Amino acid sequence: MASTQSDRDEGSTRLAEESKAIEAFQRRIDGILTSFEFSEQARFGVRLSLEEAIMNGFHHGNQRDPAKWVEVRWAISPEEATFHVLDEGEGFDPEAVPDPTLDENLEIPSGRGIMLIRTYMTEAMYHSPGNHIEMRYRKPRR
Amino acid sequence: MASAPSRIRVADVNGVMRVDFTDSDILDEAAIRQINSELTRAIEAASPPRVLICFAGVEHLSSAALGTLVTVNSLIKKRGGQLRFSNIKPSIFEVFKITKLSKLFQFFDTAEQALQGFGRG
Repeated sequence: MASTQSDRDEGSTRLAEESKAIEAFQRRIDGILTSFEFSEQARFGVRLSLEEAIMNGFHHGNQRDPAKWVEVRWAISPEEATFHVLDEGEGFDPEAVPDPTLDENLEIPSGRGIMLIRTYMTEAMYHSPGNHIEMRYRKPRR
Repeated sequence: MASAPSRIRVADVNGVMRVDFTDSDILDEAAIRQINSELTRAIEAASPPRVLICFAGVEHLSSAALGTLVTVNSLIKKRGGQLRFSNIKPSIFEVFKITKLSKLFQFFDTAEQALQGFGRG
């Protein structure tokens, strides 16, 4: 589902945990960002953030239940790109995730996805009950 | 059942295990699990494991891939070995810096530089 005007591209899709479908979706978003002249650095950050949000949805949200979907909605303009990633899980408290950058947590293999999203995107917020993340990348002003 | 094609290339360079990735994107969960098990097998066969992971050609990597590298590092340390990284693009190195994992690993510009002095700390 998508609508494109010359100054805006909006749409939504439901993804199953299937790598080819996720890769195709990422390529599609990257194409839209490229057409709106987002920098390579911005596209790198958006791709990583989407990957982290989608994978969190499948693993922590849907608990790897193959019958459940992750839905992504996007709205991209020449100035900014907004994404909503929703899973079918019960949600979680993002503040309860330990800070992975503390020395005592460096050797823990998981828990870095949310901090990467918060670093690469201009804004990121979880909506209650925590199964819906909204994240936005805004181009820096020239 | 046919096994999936290997996600890494492993070569012996003067007693150092050099590992290269076959994919430019290390994002897919199934691929990362496979990389983890291939690396674990190779490390467990070496004593002590001296491992160079070369990131030439790698364009994207997720937190799950970072997790695998952390696990592999712990295993290598446990077995008294050493792990070094080389040829990391600046955008990927940034991911290591943001997560502070740059403190955990040793980075070299080129594989040749990384291979020098392996085993001497």
